[in-house]
Amino acid sequence: HHQCVNGWMTGCVKRFGVLKRYTNTGHLPFKNSAGQFFSSGHTNNWAVLVCTSRFWFNYRHVANTLSVYRSVKRLGIPDSHIVLMLADDMACNHRNPKPATVFSHKNMELNVYGDDVEVDYRGYEVTVENFLRVLTGRLPPSTPRSKRLLSDDRSNILIYLTGHGGNGFLKFQDSEEISNVELADAFEQMWQKRRYNELLFIIDTCQGASMYERFYSPNIMALASSQVGEDSLSHQPDLAIGVHLMDRYTFYMLEFLEDIHPASKTNMNDLFKVCPKSQCVSTPGHRTDLFLRDPGSVLITDFFGSVRKVELTMDAINLTDPIKQMEENPVNGEEQKEVYSYADQLPVSEIIHQKPKQKDWHPPDGFILGLWTLILLVFFKTYGIKHLKHIF
Amino acid sequence: FDPYPPLRRRGQLAALSIAAVVIIVGVPLWWRTTETYRAWLPVSQIKDLAKLQLHLSADVEVVFARGTVTPEQQKKVPLTQTQDEEHDTTLRYRYETKYRTATIMEEDALKKPTAAEADLSLHMLSESPCGSLVVYVIPESSSLLPEDVNVYIGQRRTALVRISAQMRVGKTLEQLLAQLEPRIKQVLQVMSFSHTDITVALSDRVRFRPGNKESIADSMRAFKSSPGYEITFSLLNPDPKSHQLHWDIEGAVQTYIQPLLTKLSPLANFSIDSQTLYYTMLGVTPRFDSSLEAYTLNADSLAHVINPVEARLGSNAASSNPVLNFLLYVPDIRHSPLYIHDHRKQEVPSNAFHSPRWGGIMVYNVNGFYGSETEFPVHVNINMAKVMGVFLAQLRLLLGVQSLSPPPGFLVAPCGSTGLADWELDRLMWSRSVENIATATTTITSLAQLLDQIGNIVINDNIAQQVSSAVTSLQLAMAELEVGNLGFALQYSKEAILASEKAFFDPSLLHLLYFPDDQKFAIYIPLFLPMCVPILLSMLKIVSEVRQRRREKQAKKE
Repeated sequence: HHQCVNGWMTGCVKRFGVLKRYTNTGHLPFKNSAGQFFSSGHTNNWAVLVCTSRFWFNYRHVANTLSVYRSVKRLGIPDSHIVLMLADDMACNHRNPKPATVFSHKNMELNVYGDDVEVDYRGYEVTVENFLRVLTGRLPPSTPRSKRLLSDDRSNILIYLTGHGGNGFLKFQDSEEISNVELADAFEQMWQKRRYNELLFIIDTCQGASMYERFYSPNIMALASSQVGEDSLSHQPDLAIGVHLMDRYTFYMLEFLEDIHPASKTNMNDLFKVCPKSQCVSTPGHRTDLFLRDPGSVLITDFFGSVRKVELTMDAINLTDPIKQMEENPVNGEEQKEVYSYADQLPVSEIIHQKPKQKDWHPPDGFILGLWTLILLVFFKTYGIKHLKHIF
Repeated sequence: FDPYPPLRRRGQLAALSIAAVVIIVGVPLWWRTTETYRAWLPVSQIKDLAKLQLHLSADVEVVFARGTVTPEQQKKVPLTQTQDEEHDTTLRYRYETKYRTATIMEEDALKKPTAAEADLSLHMLSESPCGSLVVYVIPESSSLLPEDVNVYIGQRRTALVRISAQMRVGKTLEQLLAQLEPRIKQVLQVMSFSHTDITVALSDRVRFRPGNKESIADSMRAFKSSPGYEITFSLLNPDPKSHQLHWDIEGAVQTYIQPLLTKLSPLANFSIDSQTLYYTMLGVTPRFDSSLEAYTLNADSLAHVINPVEARLGSNAASSNPVLNFLLYVPDIRHSPLYIHDHRKQEVPSNAFHSPRWGGIMVYNVNGFYGSETEFPVHVNINMAKVMGVFLAQLRLLLGVQSLSPPPGFLVAPCGSTGLADWELDRLMWSRSVENIATATTTITSLAQLLDQIGNIVINDNIAQQVSSAVTSLQLAMAELEVGNLGFALQYSKEAILASEKAFFDPSLLHLLYFPDDQKFAIYIPLFLPMCVPILLSMLKIVSEVRQRRREKQAKKE
């Protein structure tokens, strides 16, 4: 392991060891009137929003994620740059008294589902494996663009996780879990491949702070809704729908975000103050030691919004050639068009006449082996070994 | 007297043989069945590559026209010199300079009236391979260059340098060459690779070294090297009731954009599509300026224009290549004409702006094409030459062709109809090759390190093969760079990138299973403990009996 102890201004050239510590001694020298071009170093924004729990009584986790999705879209990140993973469908759940809606405020004030929600991973597709594949980019080649995180070294990524968690793990779909070590390793692989410029990690689960304890890659800022040993509590139940609608931390964070507009200059220090213990009952935590910039200089819109850098085009090329006319096809005047058609969806004739597949031979199961051993043991016990030569 | 009754002996033999089977057969079997398949990787070669010692080499030919060298100096020519420049022990630049005198045909070419024509006829005589340069030294009596210009940089790979009389009269050849050297070096900085370019290309690896502002802005603006790009031209018509727009996009792309993309084909594949969007507003309300009788958009509000529009733009779902969007916005009749103003409230002549790593937007005003009494919708033919001129300039910037300000006394020829000069292509190829090599090396090294750290990941044969081919391609690319074959170096570096990305992003490399130690114990103990305890106990019993027997023997002896 390397320890890069001197400040980054002197240049930490060898970057292949597992870098454990970055001391934040330097500061950016180019804050000037050229605008924010250099201060943040990012040119595009991505968001990965994950709700990990299913079942109707976990309505609040889906509402959490959808509310963050709504804020992020309002502040400018387009759908093509958001990967939204919802483990269960609350809007069309059989138990939803108001179908096609997901509310985040009681008395049904705010429907966060709307009609332009684009869910990229739904239902059983939300697994630990798919989540890690999205982060590290190791998706099968047939994955469409909307399901990929196509970030580059100048992307700021917001990662929001919510669900049920514990000390060092987060539960997915009530059947598997992701540990904080795996998450830290995934972020390190993202850093090695320069898949992010800066990362903001927000987690709203019980004992959420344990999930960011193991991070070791640079440029990560983390927020959690509760410390180790504390539970994150839910906010308001709605009597008509019958379940809790939101978690406290996300509720107050969203109230804070409603005041942010794309041109606002609020910085991260204000986000750290969201939901104090009096409102949240749990103690929110944050971690900034891996982050190079001072949190006071980081704008909220650096992660939640998508403020583009813009340059005016000063030059133009003088083109003088006239446009070439496209040649017509002399044969029939029409272009040769290739006709496409769908593959046969249910090839019945193939299925009927299919031979059964040759299954690979597997050695007998443990149970069968044990059974036969038992039978042999009993046999030899009753007859004794010395009678073997008479039997065989 | 047999110390062990036969039953006893049989029991001991049974216990010993079971223990032997467990240790000799069982333990290796368990080891082999639970180990993960890891194909061999060339780890030592990867470690060598990680040092990344790049040796770049460029060939320069300096041709002396008649009147620049005296006959005594001419005797020593032709002459070859090699210069090395070292930086940081990892970068070495070598310039191989060949000096010779001009041939008759070249002299004829240099007698043409203008520098541009001379450039063209010199190009007809001989075409330099990519990566090399030819510098023609002309006497001060030549009328090719205007008064205050000493160096002319042509559209292809030639430059004309004028020397003054005092530089050559009464000097030996060595002194003349020494005088010429700084000028040649300046030309090389402009037309061939410079240290700034190379460090910017390597900026991935040495991220936090703060270069100068322009180079950082350049590195943020241009797209990273990728095997393919998608270019989308979109026509935004927010007011179809008033304007019926017609643009000959196919012809325009074929005439103006395709030559540039064909020239850039060694770098990447390009795919172009176009679309027309109706009823898409800009998202920012322009302000009416009564002094100009027009609407204005100032530079600060431009940043918020892109996001609402981007949600409406489609993209090719099948490929993961970066997308360059070029939007042509024709303002609606209530907000016509619309001009973009910069920070000093001056109108921007091209009426266009671009966003780093995204694309460009141009505002095209059509209110001049019709009077107030016309019938709506008005049919408008868009002047594609003007539009494509702006888009071509933006495309150049976004692909990494930097527009540098040349040193004083230099005159740079405007790029030809393709939109790219040959030496600009060379510069792009140098920086792309270096960037590809650096990225591929980083990818391979981090992959090797990752596989080393995590022992549970299965390394299939195809991954090992991709890694080996990436390593081979990298070695070849670096060798070609050292020799100066730029075309081959770029090709090998592209192959290296493809192979390394394929290996790194292979879906089978997902390390999903992290077993903490207590979980490992919890799995193995119920399986092995019941089996091992009887064996151990019987072994202990045998050992204690042997000891007891020995003690009895000892006691008997005494």
